[in-house]
Amino acid sequence: MLDAIDRKILKATQGGLPLVPQPYAEVAKWLGLAPEEVTRRLSAMQETGVIRRIAVAPNHYALGMVANGMSVWDVADDTAETLGEQVGALPFVTHSYLRPRALPQWPYNLFAMIHGSDRAEVEAHRADIRAILGDALRSDDNLYSTRILKKTGMRLQGDG
Amino acid sequence: MMMRRQPLAAGVLGPTDRAVLNRLQDGFPLDDQPFATVGAELGLTEQEVIDTVMRLRDLGAITRFGPFLDAAAMGGAFCLCAMAVPEERFEEVVTLVNAHDAVAHNYQRDHALNMWFVLACDRPERITAEADAIEAETGLAVLRFPKLREFFIGFRVTA
Repeated sequence: MLDAIDRKILKATQGGLPLVPQPYAEVAKWLGLAPEEVTRRLSAMQETGVIRRIAVAPNHYALGMVANGMSVWDVADDTAETLGEQVGALPFVTHSYLRPRALPQWPYNLFAMIHGSDRAEVEAHRADIRAILGDALRSDDNLYSTRILKKTGMRLQGDG
Repeated sequence: MMMRRQPLAAGVLGPTDRAVLNRLQDGFPLDDQPFATVGAELGLTEQEVIDTVMRLRDLGAITRFGPFLDAAAMGGAFCLCAMAVPEERFEEVVTLVNAHDAVAHNYQRDHALNMWFVLACDRPERITAEADAIEAETGLAVLRFPKLREFFIGFRVTA
């Protein structure tokens, strides 16, 4: 579990690392910690998986991937895990999850996010997924994003 | 800062920009001078790497540079949520929903369920509290789609 110092470090860096030659020493200075303590704790949090990685988040739109489809599939429950595994392994699928259905409004249990340079590319990828799902597929849909309303990533809440 | 939605013009990103953008999606070293370490791999100076990250940020080619947190590993949770928002109330509801710190991203989508957002909470019990609060504030149902299984997160692109 995280202690108060871990949380302070995450709060100080979640908006972005300082762009200076010694970013971790800079964060340590902000917080009144030794530089080694900051790197040691970040490294421990990477090992436990609290931090997935320290990296840049590319802006897909700026890079020309302007079509973003949340493809959703109603797949028979008994094969959903196995087939989801195969869909998740496709190179153009960036996130893939099994989620509960919300009947009657929402019959879909497999979600696969597809990015492409245009909608035709996304549609071609949907056809690839359809081929994998075969007879286990009952119905599907695809929701294009028309506007990003917020994108800040996860933030720690409260002061704890 | 509003996130850029238009593609950068061809030729805006040079080979150094692309090399740094590709390399830094894979992870950033935890050493004393990490920009120098990355620079050594790419044949760039420490300052060139720093300047390139600033440039990518200013161009809007990246949205963030830092730690990516996993709410579940912290003992918390993520939950995808969806709402069917009447068109005439859309902007009002965006403001109400986005005011919650727990809303990590929010997208408008072309479907009857036209608002899709992710709640990220460091304590799992907060997911229900946040979703319930949004229902109370907006008077609209918040459908909740917690993940049962995650197959792959390979969220990287080749620039």
